Amino acid sequence: MNYVSETLWLSIGTFLALLAAAYTHDSLFAAHMWVLFFVLLISTTVLMRRISFAPQAPAICLPSKSEYFDEVVKYGTIATVFWGVVGFLVGVVIALQLAFPDLNIEPWFNFGRLRPLHTSGVVFAFGGNALITTSFYVVQRTCRARLFGGNLAWYVFWGYQLFIVMAATGYLLGITQSREYAEPEWYVDLFLTVVWVAYLAVFLGTILKRKEPHIYVANWFYLAFIVTIAMLHVVNNLAVPVSFLGVKSYSAFSGVQDALTQWWYGHNAVGFFLTAGFLGMMYYFVPKQVNRPVYSYRLSIIHFWALIFLYIWAGPHHLHYTALPDWAQTLGMVFSIMLWMPSWGGMINGLMTLSGAWDKIRTDPIVRMMIIAIAFYGMSTFEGPMMSIKAVNSLSHYTDWTIGHVHSGALGWVGMISFGAIYYMTPKLWNRERLYSLDLVNWHFWLATLGIVVYAAVMWVAGVQQGLMWREYDSQGFLVYSFAETVAAMFPYYLLRAVGGAMYLAGGLIMAFNVTMTILGYQRQERVRGGASPAALQPAE
Amino acid sequence: MEFYTAMRHFADSWGLLAMTLFFLGVLVFTLRPGAKASADEAARIPLKED
Repeated sequence: MNYVSETLWLSIGTFLALLAAAYTHDSLFAAHMWVLFFVLLISTTVLMRRISFAPQAPAICLPSKSEYFDEVVKYGTIATVFWGVVGFLVGVVIALQLAFPDLNIEPWFNFGRLRPLHTSGVVFAFGGNALITTSFYVVQRTCRARLFGGNLAWYVFWGYQLFIVMAATGYLLGITQSREYAEPEWYVDLFLTVVWVAYLAVFLGTILKRKEPHIYVANWFYLAFIVTIAMLHVVNNLAVPVSFLGVKSYSAFSGVQDALTQWWYGHNAVGFFLTAGFLGMMYYFVPKQVNRPVYSYRLSIIHFWALIFLYIWAGPHHLHYTALPDWAQTLGMVFSIMLWMPSWGGMINGLMTLSGAWDKIRTDPIVRMMIIAIAFYGMSTFEGPMMSIKAVNSLSHYTDWTIGHVHSGALGWVGMISFGAIYYMTPKLWNRERLYSLDLVNWHFWLATLGIVVYAAVMWVAGVQQGLMWREYDSQGFLVYSFAETVAAMFPYYLLRAVGGAMYLAGGLIMAFNVTMTILGYQRQERVRGGASPAALQPAE
Repeated sequence: MEFYTAMRHFADSWGLLAMTLFFLGVLVFTLRPGAKASADEAARIPLKED
């Protein structure tokens, strides 16, 4: 394939990055533009070397329009695995930094800069790539249509990787607008907006040209995720840059409005990025892996609309007992509690898809992975509304309980359902009969599950202890513990948390190995699962 | 009336009513008699091909 116009645009972008680096008075902006320059320069060179100047027969190089556009899905699968391992690794590093502060290597690798690298790395790099990749895979197969827009899908994929690189290098340089999960500064935000609109065009265009009359429910969830994230991203990042060639910008909102905008975005990033998008994944890959239709299609539609109507109001529960008006706090709490309904609707629907095929949990480690994901989805979306109740929140807020809750959702639900989807897609995409090894999937499953259990349980204990120590008064009304004492008390928990995270990382490495070997075409000799003789399993008879 | 107050009043009166009615409409439409057959058919979409 010749990408002549793409190469030209890239070289123009490279030149502009060079100009920006040369003319700015802001050293941080200059450093960031140098990063951009070299990334674009390498990309341009790679593309240029691929251009074939020989005349070619048009019939050979044009791919058939009827085939699915799976090349970009393959790249996306590899990117998902890669960013997953990177994100988990940074997570283990910052967990160790909290336990051993000497590991903070200033200025680039201290906790304040690595922490957004970890959150963006797992949420946007790993989770975002998993969502884009699986949405491209699912929308083609459920619409029976090739991706809309031709090479636009490549732009979405590579543009998103460039966003990740710019965000990550910005954090390490110290460029941040200090909005949680939206740390990149204005120019990176603008670029992501363009990429996201292209993503919407590819996805919606494919739905519009579908050959299947009905739009399958997974696509509804994916579309809700894409549209809502566009809205959240634009509103939350409304800001005025200080200068055209500088990193600094000021938010369009001030005071408590700014805080509420931030958490309206932050909570719906959880609701629509980490929940709706991954529910779309669940509604395709679980039925495929167990080879049964979803338990109740009508329940899926009802819980879709319930989720859409309720989630968007839950953000204020992040601002309990702040300057936010009381009615808004209560509103956030009530809507959070109502979220129990769509959350359990999704969980029941996912789990019950296995009814009549429960034995697959024993015989198929990929099904097991998906089921534990749905179980963690149910658990963490039960815990979340409970923590949003003001009385509970007065204990849990600002403690490590919140961190534990986030990770049971992120590692348990988001991570496990993505792993299941990757294990399902990889052999199909590369035309392999099966994965390299199902035993390794089993190892991954147990390492990840035990890692989450260690992590979440430790953080519960740590958080409750922290909350109780902070509010402990003596008979004369003085606080019993200084803040430093509560920090010192956390040391054993922080150490154990790093152990749990390291187990999860080890599982991720096993997955990377397994996926690589599958792509390379190897198959490990293994016993057939579920084929153990029944007599050996029933010694009591 | 101040813009904020007007929005606020709209949100907790007509806006709330419209969204509630839409949601009730979704419930009725999804659970209407005869919807089960088409829902079961839609549920089989992923299994039709690889």
